[in-house]
Amino acid sequence: MTTTDILEGRKAHIHEKGAVPFNIACEKQSVAGSVSQRACVFCGSRVVLYPIADALHVIHGPIGCAAYTWDIRGAWSSGPQLHRMSFSTDLQEKDVIYGGEKKLYQALVELIEHYRPKAAFIYSTCIVGLIGDDVEAICRRISAETGVETIPVHSEGFKGSKKDGYSAACNALNQLVGTGDTNGISPLSINILGDFNIAGETWVIKDYYERMGVEVVATITGDGRVDDIRRCHGAALNVVQCSGSMTQLATMMKEKYGIPIIRASYFGIEDMSKALYDVAEYLNDKTVMRNTQNLVRDEVSKLVPQLRKYKKDLKGKRAAVYTGGAFKALSMIRSLRTLGMKTVIAGSQTGNQQDYARLQELSDEGTIILDDTNPLELAKFLEEKKADLLIGGVKERPIAYKLGLGFCDHNHERKIGLAGFEGMLNFAKEVHGTVTSPVWKLAALHRKDVWSATSRQHRQGDES
Amino acid sequence: MALLRHTTDDVVERQALTVNPAKTCQPIGAMYAALGINRCLPHSHGSQGCCSYHRSTLSRHYKEPAMAATSSFTEGSSVFGGQANLLQALNTIFSVYDPDVVAVHTTCLSETIGDDIPQIADAAVAKGFVPEGKCVIHCNTPSYVGSHTTGFANMTKAMVDYFSTSTSEDKIADQINIIPGWVEPADMGEIKRLVKMMSLKGITFPDTSGVLDAPLTAEYNMYPKGGATIEQLEATGDSAGTIALGPICSGPAAEALQNKCQVPQNTLPLPIGLRATDMFIQTLRKYNGGNVPAEITAERGRLVDLVSDMSQYFYGKTVALWGDPDQLVSLTQFLVDLDMRPKYIITGTPGKAFLRRIGEVLGDGVKDVIVKQGAQADMLYIHQLIKRERVDLLIGNTYGKYISRDEDIPLIRHGFPILDRIGHQYFPTAGYRGAMRLCEKILDAFLDRQDRDAPEESFELTM
Ligand code: SF4
Ligand code: SF4
Repeated sequence: MTTTDILEGRKAHIHEKGAVPFNIACEKQSVAGSVSQRACVFCGSRVVLYPIADALHVIHGPIGCAAYTWDIRGAWSSGPQLHRMSFSTDLQEKDVIYGGEKKLYQALVELIEHYRPKAAFIYSTCIVGLIGDDVEAICRRISAETGVETIPVHSEGFKGSKKDGYSAACNALNQLVGTGDTNGISPLSINILGDFNIAGETWVIKDYYERMGVEVVATITGDGRVDDIRRCHGAALNVVQCSGSMTQLATMMKEKYGIPIIRASYFGIEDMSKALYDVAEYLNDKTVMRNTQNLVRDEVSKLVPQLRKYKKDLKGKRAAVYTGGAFKALSMIRSLRTLGMKTVIAGSQTGNQQDYARLQELSDEGTIILDDTNPLELAKFLEEKKADLLIGGVKERPIAYKLGLGFCDHNHERKIGLAGFEGMLNFAKEVHGTVTSPVWKLAALHRKDVWSATSRQHRQGDES
Repeated sequence: MALLRHTTDDVVERQALTVNPAKTCQPIGAMYAALGINRCLPHSHGSQGCCSYHRSTLSRHYKEPAMAATSSFTEGSSVFGGQANLLQALNTIFSVYDPDVVAVHTTCLSETIGDDIPQIADAAVAKGFVPEGKCVIHCNTPSYVGSHTTGFANMTKAMVDYFSTSTSEDKIADQINIIPGWVEPADMGEIKRLVKMMSLKGITFPDTSGVLDAPLTAEYNMYPKGGATIEQLEATGDSAGTIALGPICSGPAAEALQNKCQVPQNTLPLPIGLRATDMFIQTLRKYNGGNVPAEITAERGRLVDLVSDMSQYFYGKTVALWGDPDQLVSLTQFLVDLDMRPKYIITGTPGKAFLRRIGEVLGDGVKDVIVKQGAQADMLYIHQLIKRERVDLLIGNTYGKYISRDEDIPLIRHGFPILDRIGHQYFPTAGYRGAMRLCEKILDAFLDRQDRDAPEESFELTM
């Protein structure tokens, strides 16, 4: 990382594979003053609980926190759409001085009467933590008075990072788990944890499991339903995707109900197939195993020929991956390999030591590994490493474009499903579309002098 | 769609609840305004989350990187105050990102803790964290007061408080300050073009043109070329006058400049639509000796010509509008001039002055208009009104798309934020040319609709 000036405080968060033994700093708050891409506890819990579509989600605080999270996730529901509304107590100055408890109580009474939701999640934001409203007591009172279980989510933003929000969400979910009737659940059954049904991805995964002959008791939280979550402790196995968001809930269920955990990733051919086989193996049922073999064989043989034409164009192109969690980055690197591409930068906002260690194991020599990067740093590495593609989230897209390189959203703003075998095909298409877009040729003219570059082009055009 | 089944036509009185807000919080406005200073890095003094949301929302709307740093509050900061964080932040910012200005705004959290930003900034200077010739400005933006427009106004006023200086009693006759208000970068560009055509030297602040509509150069530039420079901001104190476009977003800065440097101020509506643009040009005439170049008169003439061609289609059409007060006042005026009928006008931004100004614009001629502002003036409310009595057209930000779909009413995206369309940052709606574009969009919406709904026998080539 010679030509890049890196802030002292950031050095520990950057690792170059092969240069020195692996040792990266992570799971820390960003240095004050950095242009961090990170969010807060509230953001973490909100994104995890958001897809529970028949619950009421009420944000207790000033208007902003609610406004910015209003229907930005694209976590599809096959039924109710209540989760897509934005409810806020919209605290005003006088509430901040005298407390917002009355207002919250009143709001919940009005809402529950109107919508009769299956349950209600009440998110406390920074200011509520500071003024000390007793949200818990109000939730208890509302639950008792209305019969609708009202669950506080302790998500004051300043109490940590997005990851701590996952934990707050798991605690909230834990209040529901175990409260429903488990009669009639098949021994060949699982819960899908940690998928958020962005662009319908949960449906794809659920369909695979059902084709294998496995009953899916609850999808937590993509296309989630309160009643399913109540009885999900009746499942034989928890299949957890994503390193951060749902592991804690699965662990709680393991301790309390003895339900084992399998980790899975649904991105890319290898990881997707492995996820299905792992489940089949665990359930140890001949029919399920046979179904799984058939399914994987069918899907892969359909998929591989379709990937060929993309691979031809993408071979040797260089990618940078910057995701929310680090677990996903691993699948990305593998998927990019499937397309013949090389990952030259890999990073995440919330990875832990273990994630990063695996990331570096998987990476080629010279790959830059980044924790909690900032735009300046990211842009410099993108240039230095001559990336052709950046995979990231909403704030990274314009940075990639400004540099004149392709971009693929692998965060919550993607509009096409990237999970599963058909997701891999979508991914290939999207990467191909952006990496080979003619616009980057036009953009590249700017790197030199546009006018002399274009006159050269025209001359070449004349000759041919 | 089931999403909207949740809206019924019985308007329930709500006291404690905002549903689907028609506003957001102060810091995002401060952040947007600060990006209109050349080589400025906005800084959010609070937890990481707010800053991250504000940047994402600006990025989604402008399709540009929106840079800002954060104090990254932890639990400790919320107990002991954020002084240590801000000191460290300023040190980091100047050594890593090298801006000329850091524009600090507070969030709910730091505001409630009561951090004293100027005092901390002074301490940072004393510690040598702020290099020579660089500066830190600030404004307070508690989110539980006002809305995003208030934050915009506060940061714009901070530019005056920190920079404006008058170097002599005599003002520079042909130099005027333009405070454009919260509009798109392209609108700021259009406003500047008009000022230039009027042969005046304008200082526009904040000026996000060139910053949030920067060209693609295949290089990443943290500070694009645009924005008001420190020298320009300082020079505002010597201008002959200030034109504040929109009283909510631009009024406070203009007033401060008048008090601080005796620069006389003119507060006008945002120059959106014909009459508001007329007022703008008329005011510019005060400073250029009364001349209006023929080209501007011709632009106006073209607009009137266009409106005359379109007038048969506009007559009597009803409209529901929501958004920021400054925007709504000018838009309403324009719609009335187009012979349309604004029917529901909603803003989440509190402030009674808005009701009076809308009342003036509507006059006695337009009857039965429902105007509402404040916490319960939200998208749920406007939807309920529409369910009771339909309108022909919706004009407002992206959040109206649910109503548009559910009620099958065309929506013209206007205002902030627009999250689902691209191009708005490049095409102005301000000035006469902007008004022409607005007209075109409105008419297209009506005629597309007519084509789509026409039965085979009345589907016609000419319309
Ligand atoms: S905490 Fe306050 S400043 Fe932050 S997003 Fe929420 S309303 Fe806005
Ligand atoms: S940091 Fe606090 S105030 Fe800001 S968005 Fe998160 S919860 Fe809201």
